[in-house]
Amino acid sequence: MVALVSTVVFAVVVLAAATSSPGWSRVKSSFLNLKVGRDSLPAILDGLWLNLRVLIVCQILILIVGLALAAVRTLRGPVWFPVRALATGYVDLFRGLPLIICLYLVGFGLPGLRLAGIPNNPVLLGGLALVLVYSAYVAEVFRAGIESVHPSQIAAATSLGLNYRRTMQLVVLPQAARRVTPALLNDFVALQKDCGLISVLGAVDAVRAAQIQVAGTYNFTPYVVAGLLFVALAIPSARLADWASRRAATRQGAL
Amino acid sequence: MTEAPVLSVRGLVKSYGERTVLDGVDLDVAEHQVVVLIGGSGSGKSTLLRCVDLLEDIDDGQIFLDGHDVSDPRIDADAVRRAMGMVFQSFNLFPHMTVLANVTLAPRVVHHSSRSAAEERGRELLARVGLSEKADAYPDKLSGGQQQRVAIARALAYDPRLLLLDEITSALDPELVGEVLDLVGELAESGRTIVMATHEMGFARQVAHTVCFLDGGRIIESGPAEEVLTNPQQERTQQFLRRVTGAGRD
Repeated sequence: MVALVSTVVFAVVVLAAATSSPGWSRVKSSFLNLKVGRDSLPAILDGLWLNLRVLIVCQILILIVGLALAAVRTLRGPVWFPVRALATGYVDLFRGLPLIICLYLVGFGLPGLRLAGIPNNPVLLGGLALVLVYSAYVAEVFRAGIESVHPSQIAAATSLGLNYRRTMQLVVLPQAARRVTPALLNDFVALQKDCGLISVLGAVDAVRAAQIQVAGTYNFTPYVVAGLLFVALAIPSARLADWASRRAATRQGAL
Repeated sequence: MTEAPVLSVRGLVKSYGERTVLDGVDLDVAEHQVVVLIGGSGSGKSTLLRCVDLLEDIDDGQIFLDGHDVSDPRIDADAVRRAMGMVFQSFNLFPHMTVLANVTLAPRVVHHSSRSAAEERGRELLARVGLSEKADAYPDKLSGGQQQRVAIARALAYDPRLLLLDEITSALDPELVGEVLDLVGELAESGRTIVMATHEMGFARQVAHTVCFLDGGRIIESGPAEEVLTNPQQERTQQFLRRVTGAGRD
């Protein structure tokens, strides 16, 4: 009850402050124009459908590449030093590189090489850049999960005669995956909106579609529409991440 | 031809960095024999068991299992471990698997038993350790004593030649120690070959054929349980036994 009242009061104050500002009427007509918004919606939804497809394909690829990188980084023994160093270098590089620069380099640099077989499609190239950067993040999440499994679990599996591969597959990874699910979902919420950045390469996604509408109407409302759609898309994922963390917490408590 | 002992350890040396934990250990364990390792904490009991199970790289010496040198680095260590079952101080059950899945994991994955055969044997073993009704529960729903009995069933599931028990009652509440020791007693009676590190002197006296006292990484006294525990020859052994009995552990 108190929460409800305070929320209403807070909303009224914010709204009043915004609407009473000197530039409100201009902002209202150029950002919150209902007609322009309604007209731009179909094109933006079309673009969003592209974002969704990119998101799903990228998520799958990122999980695979991230897991492989994490597995390589947790290999023990001097024999594996070269691949371990390579994986570490990859993670350092793509975690440090701003996504937008990676997008430009992959999107304009790779086709610029004019090598046979390199696609010229901005969606593919943009997706590749997303996979490169996000798999580095996800690899670190997986690695933390793998290292959080106590060595005694590995000793127990080993003493049963399980080899390294089986131990990882049946004992370490299932436990690691449960622990990292919340962090992983959080990364995917971030990926969801970063999918909109492939528009800088010219792919006609939701952001690009909004941009085209803006250019045609001299009105910024399409950006607001696209933004709201991205937020709406992120909310279920965010709730899913919350739910997963809560479940992980209660499970840990039960142990 | 005389039969080779199930386990034979010769001149085993193991150090962690500068610290030498095992400093030339010799040990023979014949079939159906129960050998109990006693000694203070840090004396090397656990390390010895872990080395025998090839969970640690050794620095020197040899380990023979049924006459085969298993400390040879070229050997398939995973195959060797399949002939041994180990139970740990802190149970180390797999928390993401049910009790039955814990027990049937090795038979199914390593020994390629069919699911039904493995589960039948698993349920038999759980009945034997008195936990039939817990087959589908997860380990975190069990008491420490129950978890440890599951761990013993898991180690027995592939009928190992040798059972290694590493202070398996040390992490248990005192009132739960009995149920686990009773089970080990039954296993010993049924002829299992067992090497066990423990602080339970009373139990060692009842069940062990041989007691070995470790100190500073060496076995400094060994012999029939009654002899070592009642009438130790070495001064260090006498001191140790006075200390543990004085602390009311017997």
